[in-house]
Amino acid sequence: MASVVSAPRDALNVAAIRQDFPILRQRVHGKPLVYLDNAATTQKPQAVIDALQRYYSEENANVHRGVHSLSGRATDAYDAAREDVRRFINAADAREIVFVRGTTEGINLVAQTWGRARVGAGDEIVLTEMEHHSNIVPWQILCEEKGARLRVAPITDAGELRLDELERLLNARTRLVAVAHVSNVLGTVNPVAEIVRLARARGIPVLVDGAQAVAHMPVDVQALGCDFYAFSGHKVLGPTGIGVLYGRRELLEAMPVYQGGGGQIGSVTFDRTTYAPLPYKYEAGTPNIAGVIGLAAAIDYVTGVGLDRIAAYERDLCAYATSALADVPGLRLTGTARDRASVLSFVLGDVHPHDIGTILDREGVAIRAGHHCCQPLMRRLGVPATARASLALYNTRQEIDTLVAALQRVGEVFE
Amino acid sequence: MNPELSPHRAGVRGGDPDLQDLYQEVILDHNRRPRNFRAFDAGRRAEGFNPLCGDRITVFLNVDNGVIRDVAFQGSGCAISKASASLMTESVKGKTLDEAQVLFERFQQMITAPADAPVESLGKLTVLAGVRQFPVRVKCASLAWHTLRAAVDARDEVVSTE
Repeated sequence: MASVVSAPRDALNVAAIRQDFPILRQRVHGKPLVYLDNAATTQKPQAVIDALQRYYSEENANVHRGVHSLSGRATDAYDAAREDVRRFINAADAREIVFVRGTTEGINLVAQTWGRARVGAGDEIVLTEMEHHSNIVPWQILCEEKGARLRVAPITDAGELRLDELERLLNARTRLVAVAHVSNVLGTVNPVAEIVRLARARGIPVLVDGAQAVAHMPVDVQALGCDFYAFSGHKVLGPTGIGVLYGRRELLEAMPVYQGGGGQIGSVTFDRTTYAPLPYKYEAGTPNIAGVIGLAAAIDYVTGVGLDRIAAYERDLCAYATSALADVPGLRLTGTARDRASVLSFVLGDVHPHDIGTILDREGVAIRAGHHCCQPLMRRLGVPATARASLALYNTRQEIDTLVAALQRVGEVFE
Repeated sequence: MNPELSPHRAGVRGGDPDLQDLYQEVILDHNRRPRNFRAFDAGRRAEGFNPLCGDRITVFLNVDNGVIRDVAFQGSGCAISKASASLMTESVKGKTLDEAQVLFERFQQMITAPADAPVESLGKLTVLAGVRQFPVRVKCASLAWHTLRAAVDARDEVVSTE
């Protein structure tokens, strides 16, 4: 069952990395925790936990408000974090980084500002069959309001996007292409740069849902060429409730504001309000300062390990897991794209994924079971639900072996 | 582990007594061969849905003079939800609507009781008492019953566990 892929020479030291994640030391039902639900949320290294603790113990104050020292320190940390994020995704300008609650809010922001200004009756928004509900529903809401419609690019049975079909959907009425960088169910890595090239040639902007990508591979928004890129902090070792919307400056400048309130204004009278410059224009109200600082600590952590090394390690582990799972009687992988990252969805005979999830949990193995917020994709795959094991940099081959042994146990119960 | 839970643990060999309580042979059997798993042109029907996991069930109900003459179900779900629906149809058939309602309440109490509380016998339904050790699976076991109650009330809406 061992993979023949050899580890790169400067392979990451997974044993040392595991030491950085206190939650991984615990036992569940008397068994060592095997956490394979990283596509839902990732665990946090001590550096992130410490950053949150330090902020609340030593720096807590509102940002961009006070003249006092604490407020100055909090503001410095907050602004420095924006620069960290810029570097992390190689945006051209830190003003292109808008802090939001997560990927979902980032996409909703674009739908409710850019979308409301630019999408009209009869216009079309192109998605793919593998999108998460958070990259479907905001567009549906917009379409209902505007009398526009969604067009959906199909996937192959292996779970790869039909790029030719997507291209066929692009026309003079297409206002936006919205696509996942990495599918949260199939693990498919979509050819975003190629999609952008097709769309750009027709003057169509592209939004990328990067929720499942940023923790697993280097992301360069300028190389991708996309117009918007959204991701969540908690899926890249950071806290929940903080995320990022990247938008090209030219678009962000032109778009109407999102929410109104403090911190986002230039001047206010009862007759008229002018707005603050980018990025504050989109950040009304006291932001999630601790979340931003925690996110910066998470980004420092993953960039310290190296996204290239993380990607190489996880690809090797994913290949190992793919061949190990193939040996489980009755198991079928849903999602066998050539370019796949860190996600393994499967069905096991006619055993329902929830029953698999419960039995695995008793062995200490945490996976996700269900529709993964992708009901249209489940219908396309012809299954009501799947079981999903999703990897992160701290997972090991030994843990994959534990998963496989636990799946044998499922087979015994339901034989 | 609660020693009062049914001793029929043939479904799961070795090791984990809580898992044995959950996946008893009777439950596995009803999952494999669900009883009254069919549709009919009913006077009343209702759909149940668990948005968290996507489980769906339709309950068909024929009531005559306050008595459940026929009841059946269709849908997709986990072993617990399917077995629970199957056992429910067997246990409410021939009962009055009031009796079915009382049974639902007692069933709900049984599956949500603390893990170490004594188990009150509910006939065949007692095999589902093991669900109480798995709080996240309680909704799987109760979906069919919520849907049955919607069918009784003939509410023209999809019932949700949320």
